[in-house]
Amino acid sequence: MALVLNEEQQMLKESAQGFLAEFAPVAELRKQRDAASQTGYADNLWRQMADMGWAAILVPEAYGGLEFGHVGMGQIVEQTGRTLTASPLFATAVLGVTAINIAGSEAQKNELLGAIAGGEITTALAIDEKIHHAPTQISMTAVKQGGSYILNGAKRFVADGGTADKLIVAARTAGEAGDMSGISLFVVDRTASGIDVDRIEMTDTRNYANINFDNVKVVEAALLGEEGKGFKALNATLDVGNIYLAAELLGVAQETFDVTLQYLKERKQFGVLIGSFQALQHRAAHWWSEVELCKSVVLKALQAIDEGDKKSPVLASIAKAKLCEVAELATNEAIQMHAGIGMTDEYDIGFFIKRARSAQIMFGDNGYHTDRFALLSGY
Amino acid sequence: MSDLQAFRQQTRDWLEDNCPPAMREPVKGGEGMCWGGRNFTFESQQQQQWMERMGTKGWTAPDWPAEYGGGGLNKTEHKILKEEMSRINARSPLDSFGIWMIGPALLKFGSEALKQQHLPAIVRGEIRWCQGYSEPGAGSDLAGLQSKGEDRGDHFIANGQKVWTSYGDKADWMFCLLRTDSEAKKQMGISLVLFDMLTPGVTPKPIKLISGSSPFCETFLDDVRVEKDQVVGEVNQGWTIAKYLLTHEREMIGGMGMTEAGAETLSQMAMRVMGVEQGRLNNPMLRAEIAKWEIDGACFGLTAERVTDEVKSNSGVGATSAMLKYYGTELNKRRFETLLKIHGSDGMVWDGEAANNGWLPRTWLRTKGNSIEGGTSEVQLNVIAKNILGLG
Repeated sequence: MALVLNEEQQMLKESAQGFLAEFAPVAELRKQRDAASQTGYADNLWRQMADMGWAAILVPEAYGGLEFGHVGMGQIVEQTGRTLTASPLFATAVLGVTAINIAGSEAQKNELLGAIAGGEITTALAIDEKIHHAPTQISMTAVKQGGSYILNGAKRFVADGGTADKLIVAARTAGEAGDMSGISLFVVDRTASGIDVDRIEMTDTRNYANINFDNVKVVEAALLGEEGKGFKALNATLDVGNIYLAAELLGVAQETFDVTLQYLKERKQFGVLIGSFQALQHRAAHWWSEVELCKSVVLKALQAIDEGDKKSPVLASIAKAKLCEVAELATNEAIQMHAGIGMTDEYDIGFFIKRARSAQIMFGDNGYHTDRFALLSGY
Repeated sequence: MSDLQAFRQQTRDWLEDNCPPAMREPVKGGEGMCWGGRNFTFESQQQQQWMERMGTKGWTAPDWPAEYGGGGLNKTEHKILKEEMSRINARSPLDSFGIWMIGPALLKFGSEALKQQHLPAIVRGEIRWCQGYSEPGAGSDLAGLQSKGEDRGDHFIANGQKVWTSYGDKADWMFCLLRTDSEAKKQMGISLVLFDMLTPGVTPKPIKLISGSSPFCETFLDDVRVEKDQVVGEVNQGWTIAKYLLTHEREMIGGMGMTEAGAETLSQMAMRVMGVEQGRLNNPMLRAEIAKWEIDGACFGLTAERVTDEVKSNSGVGATSAMLKYYGTELNKRRFETLLKIHGSDGMVWDGEAANNGWLPRTWLRTKGNSIEGGTSEVQLNVIAKNILGLG
């Protein structure tokens, strides 16, 4: 497939750009932070997004969705990287839909996907238990007892964990930490008895929680997919998640570049524009070149998920590793080239570096995905 | 059967009949490339046959118009030809600065007479060309060139010195930039001219490089007669054509960052040479270095693809050749640094059959020139900063 957007995808991109610039600019994130918002996002914004159909984009038509595809959704998420828009879009409309669509039964899809598409429920994906992403290292347990499972353990760094209606939780029904088999996925009400949600204030001021499960009893029908065989679906969901994080980081890299380039054309020192200094010109040109590479790999990876390409896992790791590297370059260069003003809270650049590092770490950073790329490539 | 299917079948049959067996083996390390020209020594009769047969058919320049000896193929047919050639691992029948550089410039800017005179001979591999651009005092600042062409009515008399003339000692003709108006602003007084290397006063002298080989020359011009009908485009308007050609050159050099399909990858080579422990390449530092290179290589390859797709669909600004040249050559240099690490002390062996005549250290040293020739990396970054980013 040609590495260009089709007309419909281009239109969606532009309409997302317009909408987010008007209703969810960086100032909105600042407002949430300054008000110490407990959800990290504005409810009415999410309502507007759902009304436009964004929650339904990845949901198959059979379950009341638009089935518009990942390339289209990727354009929206990329734009949220430019505006740093906080919303349940990623945790619910990307991760939740993907996990349920891959692993869910017909009944679960009917019930949950339709509700997500209509903006009626939100979800959160609870995977990691340690400070570094390690999906095989799950030790949380789910023990079958009669017609139920009893869940015990603790999850960390769960995006939207404090607000989501449903938690999609990975737990062990067999084996031990390190095993790929024996992992099962469950859909659990966040308010179920025995669940203790601890909202964590993090650097990017988004909505994260650490969640403790103490003898949480769920019905058998809460199992998402086959018992003990959840790792494959989890992996596929994480690949999709990482490609969207890469798309968001692409938005961050482009926006910080655009803002910085503008600054180089306005700021004067020694009586001239600082953009006339070759020391800065070369760094800007290199940065621009890196962003060009990022655009290509993100688009290719989004297309790969749409096409069910076998190379999706490799492309997910290539895209995430590369975007982690370039987002780091971009946000660091943005601050350095803005210099003093880039260090102030009043200026927006600081919000970008804070968001970038959280998005980089989520589901594996540069080092994790570089190593995973090598593993998947056979070395 | 559709026309295209018929074309594919005919192409396949023709290649089957006409591509000699030895020309279906890969070229090893630069040797075995076919440059053609008056003085070329073919490595085998088969190599000569292959060039001549393809040249007669116009398939050494498949997309050039048939009236100038080219293949006259449209894009789809050209693609089919490439696919059918790679199906049987056919070598390139002719490697030529004529086809890569001066030919496209003649097609775009040359007079009818110049096209008729030069293009067919390029296609058939009869004339080998070299480029007379850089001078000792005009490297990155190419427009500062000083070799003069003095107007003598129907001809110019050229005097000066060119440098970095690729294969100047082996070429038959030169396309050359001369200052033909020393009063004008420096970009405005330059002409692109063509002359035979056998013209009295033309003296190429090979330069030995750090790699030990001498692919470049310095070329002295002493009272060289250049006919006015050998000026490409208008007199004093050569800079535009020179820039067009530089773009071609950048694209060509930038493409070298890519490894050919089917060739051993860095990681495969590292595992073969260094060994595997518990299913993984046994050196974790090198594993990381290789993985980072392969990730960047993949992203760069996708970018070249995206740029092509954007040109086809007329969307986006597209990354320029300056970016591809900059990134591609830096990647290629990185690749060879990694190759050296993989091969350890073997990578420093300069000669002898066991070491493939020092192919690795010599090629590694040669790659250092990739980010210099055709405009240094720094010049490419200047081009991006000024032309794309609008930084003055």
